[in-house]
Amino acid sequence: MLRSLIAACLLMLSCSFAAQAQDRTIQDVLQEHAEIISQSSRRTIGPAIDAIAGSGLPAAQDVLQAWQARDMWQRTSDGLFFKAERIDSSTYDLIDFATGESVGAATKDDLEQLKPNSGIRAMIGAALVQFQLNAPDPDLRREALLAIQRNGEAAHLAPLRASIEGETDPAIKTLKETAERLLTISYDPDDAARVEAIEGFKGSLSLDARAALNPVISTKILPAEGLSEAANVKRELRAGSRDLSVEAAYDLLVSAGVIETQPSVSERKAALETHVENGAVAGVPLADLNTQEARDRAYAALAQEGFVPAFDPNFTMEAAVTGVSFVEVYDEPSQAVTGAAEGTLASINRAVGLNQFFDLSLDGLSLASIYFLAAIGLAITFGVMGVINMAHGEFIMMGAYTGYVVQQIVPDYTVSILLAIPLAFAVTFAAGVAMERLIIRWLYNRPLETLLATFGVSIALQQLAKNIFGTQARPLTSPGWLDGALSFNDVVSISYIRIAIFILALIFLGVFLFIMKKTRLGLETRAVTQNPRMAASMGINPDKVNMLTFGLGSGIAGIAGVAIGLYAKVTSELGSDYIVQSFMTVVVGGVGNIWGTLLGATMIGFLQKGIEWFNPSNTLAAQTYMIVFIIIFIQFRPKGIIALKGRAAGD
Amino acid sequence: MTMFKKNPSLMVFIALLAIFTLAVTFMSEAYGTGALSTSFVKTLGKTLCLALVAIAMDLVWGYTGILSLGHFAFFGLGGYMIGMWLMYARTEIIVIESMANAPIPPTPSEISDAIGTQIFGVVGSSDFPLIWSFAHSFWAQIALVVLVPGLLALVFGWLAFRSRVTGVYLSILTQAMTLALSLYLFQNDSGLRGNNGLSGLQNLPGADAISQDNISIWFFWASAFALLLTYLIAAFIVSGKFGSVIRGIRDDEARVRFLGYSVEGFKLFVFTLTAVIAAIGGALYYPQAGIINPAEIAPIASIYLAVWVAIGGRGRIYGAVIGAAFVSLVSTYFTGGQAPDISLGFYTIKWVDWWLVFLGLSFVLVTLFAPKGIGGLFDLITDRMSPNRHGVPLGPDKGSLREEEAEK
Repeated sequence: MLRSLIAACLLMLSCSFAAQAQDRTIQDVLQEHAEIISQSSRRTIGPAIDAIAGSGLPAAQDVLQAWQARDMWQRTSDGLFFKAERIDSSTYDLIDFATGESVGAATKDDLEQLKPNSGIRAMIGAALVQFQLNAPDPDLRREALLAIQRNGEAAHLAPLRASIEGETDPAIKTLKETAERLLTISYDPDDAARVEAIEGFKGSLSLDARAALNPVISTKILPAEGLSEAANVKRELRAGSRDLSVEAAYDLLVSAGVIETQPSVSERKAALETHVENGAVAGVPLADLNTQEARDRAYAALAQEGFVPAFDPNFTMEAAVTGVSFVEVYDEPSQAVTGAAEGTLASINRAVGLNQFFDLSLDGLSLASIYFLAAIGLAITFGVMGVINMAHGEFIMMGAYTGYVVQQIVPDYTVSILLAIPLAFAVTFAAGVAMERLIIRWLYNRPLETLLATFGVSIALQQLAKNIFGTQARPLTSPGWLDGALSFNDVVSISYIRIAIFILALIFLGVFLFIMKKTRLGLETRAVTQNPRMAASMGINPDKVNMLTFGLGSGIAGIAGVAIGLYAKVTSELGSDYIVQSFMTVVVGGVGNIWGTLLGATMIGFLQKGIEWFNPSNTLAAQTYMIVFIIIFIQFRPKGIIALKGRAAGD
Repeated sequence: MTMFKKNPSLMVFIALLAIFTLAVTFMSEAYGTGALSTSFVKTLGKTLCLALVAIAMDLVWGYTGILSLGHFAFFGLGGYMIGMWLMYARTEIIVIESMANAPIPPTPSEISDAIGTQIFGVVGSSDFPLIWSFAHSFWAQIALVVLVPGLLALVFGWLAFRSRVTGVYLSILTQAMTLALSLYLFQNDSGLRGNNGLSGLQNLPGADAISQDNISIWFFWASAFALLLTYLIAAFIVSGKFGSVIRGIRDDEARVRFLGYSVEGFKLFVFTLTAVIAAIGGALYYPQAGIINPAEIAPIASIYLAVWVAIGGRGRIYGAVIGAAFVSLVSTYFTGGQAPDISLGFYTIKWVDWWLVFLGLSFVLVTLFAPKGIGGLFDLITDRMSPNRHGVPLGPDKGSLREEEAEK
């Protein structure tokens, strides 16, 4: 009591000072509410927090923060509040809130720590929000808004609304307005305001809007009987419909006490087991109990004697729930609010669906460019030259491993990628030329044998890569500027690496077209493919042209390997994952035509993404159905989308 | 008896197979000295099944000129069909035994549920998928061994041949079919236990009292008998007029068509028949292997099948048998870790690591320099030299034999 008396005296003193100097300090405010502050009860503390927060004094925020962090102490001798910093176990340095300066040390015996419980700390936190929302530093304001959006509370609504008026930064002002509308949806007591806020989000793609709206329309299913008049009914349901299974309806009725449970099959069996007497249950021998009918008979006999609860043999769950009507009831009582929320969500879902379609198209486009990259080398060796190279996948793998080795030597990712691309081309070009000289040129008249011989090379190369690099996946890291994704909104985004692969695919298309249509090599290649003997008599060396063309196709596979390695792990099986799809791409598109390959890759890429969209969890099924589709497609267009005509077709 | 006259190798083959079977029997643990371990008898039995499917491959590729990269898929399907019955029947026995001690005898539906839980527990399910409808019946599953791969081959072949997909395009298409099938089976909800596959197939239902020593030799006999039958069927087919037509299709499809033969019909018959033969081979192979999973059906397996036939010598039936037996036994030897390492001083060649490299390269060499394969060695003995046509192919088609591959 002495303490409060002194406090009262001090209060009067300070009051008089304040009156004289028009200069109330934060200590005065604290002293005004000293009693309830030291009481520290959640029910009564409200006015004290409001007074501190509303005092308009610069130190108010410090006080609240110190209080929340349990750093505010009261000096027992005079009842004054200070922020205390621990010096040693028994001595604390006291700091005055108003000046922020030390007023000397005090022993722990003379001090009492204020220990606000979690409820009070939450109230202090809510009061602090307004300071953060009005903080001079824009970054702090943004941070506070993020915190509100993550963990909004009803108490944040008022300070947030108050802070919008004085906001100077237009970007933050927009953020604040959005946050205010989201909070309004969840916490405003006024239904009209909520409806207005809800309708403001029509067609919005924001995840936060969906997160705020979904709890508003949460429902539960109840039996229609005994429902209160005020209930906000969404719709009536029948048991056995898509949204309410018979079992669920039965459970609902049982838990509502409308019907009594019947013993289930396993319960009845357990009951029979406990009533076995002399090798028989109720007169039915055990050996006969191997059909459900016999068991039912035995159970009925037991029930008649009153040993077990009765069981109606005609009982079925379906019969029990037919004729009972169920309703789906909103948890939210106001019909206006739920109606507006349903309407807004429908418009949001439409907008999201449209954007998901765009997103899916982007995915399909990037998958198409990967297939195109993997197949473009084949479009030269298989499409133009007609050579089946089963080791094409291994050339892709060699390119990827070249990239990996370069990264081990050159640590800078940007430089190493720029180095790896020409190096991969050189390595696979050399490998392709060697293979053409040593194997393929002997087999030009025997395509099936080429297939088998190159398959031999393929398994040898794969095992060789395993022996050198091991079986575990090796990383090929992309440079930092390719990290991240380009997002258009919350739904549509595409990673930079996929954009880079798309651009690379376009470049390759251009290079291919340039070489084939505008250079001497392209002209000679086309001549040799159409008629090698005629070409030879015109002074073209078919051996040299075949060698260079095959090397070019292989080299492009190497570059594709670097690009594919950037987004997939580099393993010795990297190539074989793509080989069948690559051949499919070339065959579907039409052999011997680069535009066909482009179309084939686009079709396969979009198709696979489209099938995946129907069943996103199962990419294996998507691949299966895609291959089946391609097999059927080839039935109708055996020569591919773009079929060569005339003499170039070769038949 | 033209069959025997046209195939002098037939009698030799039958004699060799009989001697081999008898020799293995008298060296087995069950009926002989025990010089061959049970696991090796199983390996030999499996090798006979591989030789059987290689004959099928030789018929379709070596004689008809269709390089199918899908016949191992039919082989695997046959294995799956018989595996379903083996797994169901054995699980049923185990379940009934475990339920025999229950106070109340189980109802049929309780037994069926328990079997379902046992078999599909690994893929998080307990219901029998539709494709298991006949799994309880041995004869129904035996019929399915023939029907499922046969129908698949019939439908696929009909679609492919009628749209005149030939040559490498057909190869790629069959490879795609194989890939699609294996990817489908890899899913857990395919109804065939996803990548777990079917296991425990070496335990015959109701034969727990019989040791694996005996079972292995029985399967060996069955495989040898099936191989013999296949060989006879293949020899019969290729020796008559039918054989002439399919060889004609291989060498010049268009000419045979213009002569009035239904090329598609012949191709379809051979394709389907060989698919059925392959499936029967699989149905004999997988009970000896004990486990089947989708990886067995992967496209690479079918390519290996072509490799065996090529190394053995395509276009002759014994070539396929030799190729399959030789390559698969040598592969088992080198990849099994029994082969001694070769030390080069600075590097030690471990065969487990380097065998595939060696196989791949030797395969390239065989394709380039010995297109007749191992079977070509017999031509040296019998002095069957090729006519000298100065390197010109025998037929104008790209799939046809070359001079150096042709027999006199």
